[in-house]
Amino acid sequence: MTTQQAKPALQTGQMSAVAIADNFSDLHPPFSTLQAMAESNRCLYCYDAPCVTACPTSIDIPSFIRKISTGNPDGAAKTILSANIMGGTCARACPTEVLCEQACVRNVAEDEAVEIGSLQRYAVDHLMARNLPHPFKRAEATGKKIAVIGAGPAGLSCAHRAAMLGHDVTVFEAKPKPGGLNEYGLAAYKMTNDFAQREVEFLLGIGGITIEYGKALGRDIALADVKSSFDAVFVGVGLGATNNLGLAGEAASGVDDAIDFIENLRQASDKSTLPVGNSVVVIGGGNTAIDAAVQAKRLGADEVTLVYRRGPEHMSATEFEQELAKINGVIVRYWAKPVEIKANGRLMGMVFEKTALDASGKLVGTGETFEVKTDQVLKAIGQKIKTDDLAGMEISGGKIVVDDTYQTTAPGIFAGGDCIKSGEDLTVQSVEDGKCAAIAIDAFLKTA
Amino acid sequence: MADLSCKIAGIDSLNPFWLASAPPTDKKYNVVRAFQAGWGGVVWKTLGIDPPVVNVSSRYGAHHDQNRRLLGINNIELISDRPLALNLQEIRECRAEWPDHVIIGSMMAPIEERAWKDLAQQIAESGVHGIELNLGCPHGMCERGMGSAIGQVPEMVEQVTRWVKEAVDIPVFTKLTPNITNILWSAEAALKGGADAVSLINTVNSIISVDLDQMVPEPMVDGKGTHGGYCGSAVKPIALNMVAEIARTPETRALEISGIGGITTWKDAAEFMALGANAVQVCTAAMIYGFRVVDDLIDGMSQWMDDQGYSSVDQFTRKAVPQVANWNELNMNFDTKAVIDPDKCIECGRCHIACEDTSHQAIAMNAKPEGGKEFVVIDEECVGCNLCYHICPVPDCITMEPVKTDKPYMTWPQHPLNPMRDAAE
Repeated sequence: MTTQQAKPALQTGQMSAVAIADNFSDLHPPFSTLQAMAESNRCLYCYDAPCVTACPTSIDIPSFIRKISTGNPDGAAKTILSANIMGGTCARACPTEVLCEQACVRNVAEDEAVEIGSLQRYAVDHLMARNLPHPFKRAEATGKKIAVIGAGPAGLSCAHRAAMLGHDVTVFEAKPKPGGLNEYGLAAYKMTNDFAQREVEFLLGIGGITIEYGKALGRDIALADVKSSFDAVFVGVGLGATNNLGLAGEAASGVDDAIDFIENLRQASDKSTLPVGNSVVVIGGGNTAIDAAVQAKRLGADEVTLVYRRGPEHMSATEFEQELAKINGVIVRYWAKPVEIKANGRLMGMVFEKTALDASGKLVGTGETFEVKTDQVLKAIGQKIKTDDLAGMEISGGKIVVDDTYQTTAPGIFAGGDCIKSGEDLTVQSVEDGKCAAIAIDAFLKTA
Repeated sequence: MADLSCKIAGIDSLNPFWLASAPPTDKKYNVVRAFQAGWGGVVWKTLGIDPPVVNVSSRYGAHHDQNRRLLGINNIELISDRPLALNLQEIRECRAEWPDHVIIGSMMAPIEERAWKDLAQQIAESGVHGIELNLGCPHGMCERGMGSAIGQVPEMVEQVTRWVKEAVDIPVFTKLTPNITNILWSAEAALKGGADAVSLINTVNSIISVDLDQMVPEPMVDGKGTHGGYCGSAVKPIALNMVAEIARTPETRALEISGIGGITTWKDAAEFMALGANAVQVCTAAMIYGFRVVDDLIDGMSQWMDDQGYSSVDQFTRKAVPQVANWNELNMNFDTKAVIDPDKCIECGRCHIACEDTSHQAIAMNAKPEGGKEFVVIDEECVGCNLCYHICPVPDCITMEPVKTDKPYMTWPQHPLNPMRDAAE
């Protein structure tokens, strides 16, 4: 073969299976005991520590780190898990650089936070590896039944806390596996092996929780029926629908949702069998966009271009994530919005219009366009709630409205996680929502 | 560069840094390496009467900080377990090959005049500059009536010192044990016995840790442990006080002092010398880091002396002694307050919680309108205790500022609240 031929779109085998396996190994390898000892001793054991305030689940970080430093990692894990039952996932997936580690006082004089995330992983992994009995005990049975819709971080956190408070919980999950975005939505190099499943198994060790799979709200179960069969309901359905570009040709082969791409990556037992484009375009500015872009590159795409309609400072992806994209060779183009999909039977290219802020600060097109040749477009322009199945409760700004006790406008129905407006749409916030909602449901059932 | 040479008990030394009698000075091989590294002298590992002792395995326990840095070691090793003749032959060779370096022979014997005198004479004949009497070993040897069994009885300290002084005509160092109620009693006994200098401290009697799986004190010897001699930087404060007590007490101040006890850095050495030591001995620091630590001792002390304008070590030796006072001589009217520099504060909150829980509730923690916290000393509550100053992880963030006052110097014996105050005052 002497002439170079264009490679076919969306091919596999651009990289060896070994190289791909290496590309999808732990982004942050776990601490050794020696590393954990050295790093835990960097913690100043602050009083009223800012890292605790910065953690959505308020983990007592100085206490757990001190326990690691005194050779009590399982005690450290219990401290973590008592505030955040998914401390293992959060240790891996949390953008710690904008949460606990950003608040660390070590940043002030040394510009280098204590690696709280890695220490948290060390402790939780240590406990989970020992296969001890579940560390928390259930309260005396209340005889109350709680339904949880969605086995994602919010739902499972709620189920665990509710079970701990003595209630019996049934979780309805649409997918065949539990874990929600922990299982389907996190970049593969952030959640290696089957950690999401092991964590769920650990969490269910509390007892009193049953999960029914393949039960989607609106398809297999109806909210009204669930409500009538249980004493209280928690809705943790997340954001089940994706936003569209609104362009002609969006249905063309090669134009995909980034979250589907990420899900396929997580579910593939052999990632070298996954197809990926030669020239991939990712549209969006959040962590999902970065996850998709970096993983496309690591899967063997020649060129990955991430296009965002505003500047780097406006991206919701953290600085660390943006940097990660760059060191992985992702080309990032700011201030451009998609205006045309070029397809001729198959995807050929994408036309973007440059953008700017006008005098009033509004984002406008400048009229100047450019084209990026591409054979795969991954859309990461946000998800939204599927409202059809949530009749009877108020929705505002694309989120379920809840009061201070996580109760929706439908009495006895509570909600949490990405489907409500609490903090950022992060695993750690969902865990907090679920935990607090369970405590609120417990109070509700006592007064009901 | 400052001149580090010094003289102790009439012995000239290239520098004040000697290796103490211990495993690092067990044989010629080590001693040669020490001299090559720059140590001014060594005190050879303690010699006894043949047959040599037999040692056990293992021998060391450790007191770590949480970062696995060694703060202290305790050991249950005995005196030299090699034949006397071999040790004396190697001493002769070292003396011949390293004529400018000091070698002191350390010795111990049962409490019999002949035993002490014979051994001292044999060691003196090997050419050592002086003899050090090991009266301090708190483990093993004391059960045989030697070491601290002698050092804890002032009359025996005096007797043994006198025997050796009568037997040899080289300087004699009496090495003192800290495992006593009052160091001055044994120091005075050494002086009465004719000691040219005292060496102190020997190791502190200790159990350093317990293996909680096996329920055995460490170090473990086949399922059992015993008390041993504690050394290293953790014992430095104990040693400094004892050195200072001897140097400032009229009855003992004539004694020259070879300072020992956790000396790890040049600063430690300078502190011992400022409080009374004419030279120092080091062991644990070398055991942890190797003989190369002498480089920092020499270089650090020279730099500091140059900065301070000292051209020889005797210019600062004992310079802090006049400032060591009894509590009753302190000024009750002196007052100092903590001051927190908000620009240096990293808001860890440790000063606040330490003061709030365990001291005088003198540091307020306030939320700043722009976010974060500020820590403010409440002067009316602050007693100037220094706790926050020591706890703060940021150097110079908390300082202790003296309060300006017109009040006179007033001691407790003069204080109006003292019920025992002299009526004539």
